[in-house]
Amino acid sequence: MPVVLKKSTRWRVLVAHIGLIAFIALTVFPFLMIISISLRPGNFAGGSLIPHSISFEHWKLALGMSYVDGDGNLVKPPFPVLLWIWNSVKVAFISATVSLVLSITSAYAFARMRFKGKGTLLNSLLLLQMFPSVLALVAIYALFDRIGYYVPWLGIDSHWSLALAYTGGVAQHIWLIKGYFDSVPYELEEAARVDGATPFQAFVYVLLPMAVPILVVVFVLAFLGGMIEYPVASVLLHDEQKLTLAIGSRLFLFNQRYLWGDFAATAILAGIPLTAIFMITQRWLVSGLTAGSVKG
Amino acid sequence: MRRSPLHYGLAALGVISLLAGLALVPLFYRAHQPLFALGMVVLLGVAVFIYTSPRFYPYRYVVPGVMAVAVFIVFPMAYTLGISFTNYSSQHLLSKERATDVLLQKQIAGDQSFDMKLYTAGDRYQLFFQSDDDDSKKFVTAPFELKTGKDENHVPLTAATAEPNGQPVLLKDLFKLQAGLKNTVAVLPTGEELRQSSLRRFAQSKPAYKLAADGSLVGTDGKSVLKANMKTGFYEDAQGQQFEPGFRSNVGWNNYWRVFNDPAFHQPFLRIFAWTIGFASLNTLFTFAIGIILAVLLNWEALKFRGTYRMMLFLPYAVPAFISIPVFKGLFNENLGEINMALGLFGLHPGWFSEPNLARAMVLIVNTWLGYPYMMILCMGLIKAIPEELYEASALAGAGPLMNFFRITLPLILRPIAPLLIASFAFNFNNLTLIALLTSGGPDFLDTQVPAGATDLLVSYTYRIAFQDSGQNYALASAISSIVFLLVATLAVVNLKLFKVNKN
Repeated sequence: MPVVLKKSTRWRVLVAHIGLIAFIALTVFPFLMIISISLRPGNFAGGSLIPHSISFEHWKLALGMSYVDGDGNLVKPPFPVLLWIWNSVKVAFISATVSLVLSITSAYAFARMRFKGKGTLLNSLLLLQMFPSVLALVAIYALFDRIGYYVPWLGIDSHWSLALAYTGGVAQHIWLIKGYFDSVPYELEEAARVDGATPFQAFVYVLLPMAVPILVVVFVLAFLGGMIEYPVASVLLHDEQKLTLAIGSRLFLFNQRYLWGDFAATAILAGIPLTAIFMITQRWLVSGLTAGSVKG
Repeated sequence: MRRSPLHYGLAALGVISLLAGLALVPLFYRAHQPLFALGMVVLLGVAVFIYTSPRFYPYRYVVPGVMAVAVFIVFPMAYTLGISFTNYSSQHLLSKERATDVLLQKQIAGDQSFDMKLYTAGDRYQLFFQSDDDDSKKFVTAPFELKTGKDENHVPLTAATAEPNGQPVLLKDLFKLQAGLKNTVAVLPTGEELRQSSLRRFAQSKPAYKLAADGSLVGTDGKSVLKANMKTGFYEDAQGQQFEPGFRSNVGWNNYWRVFNDPAFHQPFLRIFAWTIGFASLNTLFTFAIGIILAVLLNWEALKFRGTYRMMLFLPYAVPAFISIPVFKGLFNENLGEINMALGLFGLHPGWFSEPNLARAMVLIVNTWLGYPYMMILCMGLIKAIPEELYEASALAGAGPLMNFFRITLPLILRPIAPLLIASFAFNFNNLTLIALLTSGGPDFLDTQVPAGATDLLVSYTYRIAFQDSGQNYALASAISSIVFLLVATLAVVNLKLFKVNKN
């Protein structure tokens, strides 16, 4: 930055502040709006940003409780939101665990061992992780449809199928973990090897304990990826009791049945924890991304 | 070498997976998938070899991850390509074996049919049959329960001379008992089975077709012979009439031909392709432009509260898209949405979901909002890597901030960020979530035969073809997906090249 501060700089700082605040106000507006909507009585739009009267009816419904409206009618929750959240957590947890376990040892071999075809395999992984699963939706649907004919718990409308379908993230995880292993000095493992440890023991007892942070980050990212995925879930799950939150929340906003307020409460309920987790882990994600682009 | 419990545990795990794999082989074989069974055997053989031979020690580590990629990424891609050469669709859903089974199970009315009367006998029922042709032929069942459910309820008939005692069930009550009656099979003393053919009639039924030695289906009425036509994917009789259900069969390049030559698909395809490219490029441009400006500001040390600003600016990226996109869908709603209410104060009432160009603008606005923080974060990292001396030198030369931006920051950032821009382009090229949750592709074109909309991307178009309207044509959707695969693969290779250049 310039060493000499000119008078014009002060003006520029002021303009930058105003510009940033205006831009932030614009981008944060939808969030403020959605909080206001969730507290407004009724499912109709209208009214100001600060609601005239506050009602917790949408929150009760989102939490699975019924309430009695002004005319004395009992209003039941339109959708099993908490069940959907639980479904999402289940699927995301299984898929994150499976894909992490499958990628750890590969990442180790790519980082520490020499073998034939290593470069080709690594490049193919890099290429393959760019292929979005949305392009294989039909195949994923057809495969599980047919598997389900013989193995019902692994067919359409099964959380196991969905969790397995999400495991394709492995290619990316291998790269992320490998990048971290590369940054850990080899000397400690070497010392262990000199003391008679097998490569596997050196991996499990020396390298893995040091790699816990990246494993946590990859797990959390895979978990979040499973929580927010829409396309694959939308073709594999149809039963209302089986839906994940990501596809279930779509049911709130049909023109015939426009549950704006109920949606808002659900969105906040589910959005806050997910957003918080992401805000905490994004540092590592971003450093992984830029490290990937700079170091390779 | 000391063996720890972990080793034995892993060995046990290996043996269990081997056994599980072996158990799959007969399962595949019985499911008429001999190729899968063979593949499984080969795969297990290779696995045993790798996990026992010291020569392949490193591969023991590589195999789990690489296998997962092969099974969950490569195989679905190959399968998509495979489906694109078939006629797999809602009309051709079943395999040939199962379609044959369905036809063989089809029943037609036999020679005997009866008028039926239902009598109550306490809380049970009795069926009484009287033949059309022969007044003396009467049959009756013992009292039985009407059961609904999966299994047919077989009740034996005995010859009778008169109607049973008890009350005949009235017509209006008969309707309520339909489910139970449909499920009832009355068995004549001679063994023929009678099923309900209309509300008050039961008729003998027999298989409509018998399987001949050459694989054709011979009608038991002696009139028709159905042969499987592998080109059309239907059983056809001599006159070429097709019989449901169709089955899956290989149609070669037919689906690709349709995409490029059939006007019904060709015309929307080109329009959607153009919009997909436009959307992905504009979006990459907008997010990058906003991202880099914000990044430059946030790297400016004279500015206070940068941490807070950064967090607030990052927020749109952190909120899950399945939440923020429907939020925008609600805010942009033409009649109920807050945005139109605000614009209404100025007398404006834009139709965000009904006018093609406005819908496209909305899609771009929403996706720019979703994507700029990612670009901002990337640019911030890359700007930090630019040597400070460059800016000091330019300050001495009297350059202003604009000059700095266009002569130093932008040129130095472009090369490292190029692969990431391409990745962003490829991502948005296939951004099904955005379109599916925001517009579902609408507003639809009015002048195309196949449902397609102004904001449809190629992926959402294939999604509609496969899973929504227009007859669930999985094969055609796979053909379009395969074309997009090709485009993405090209982008990916270019990206890898750039990535390599940067590395060196």
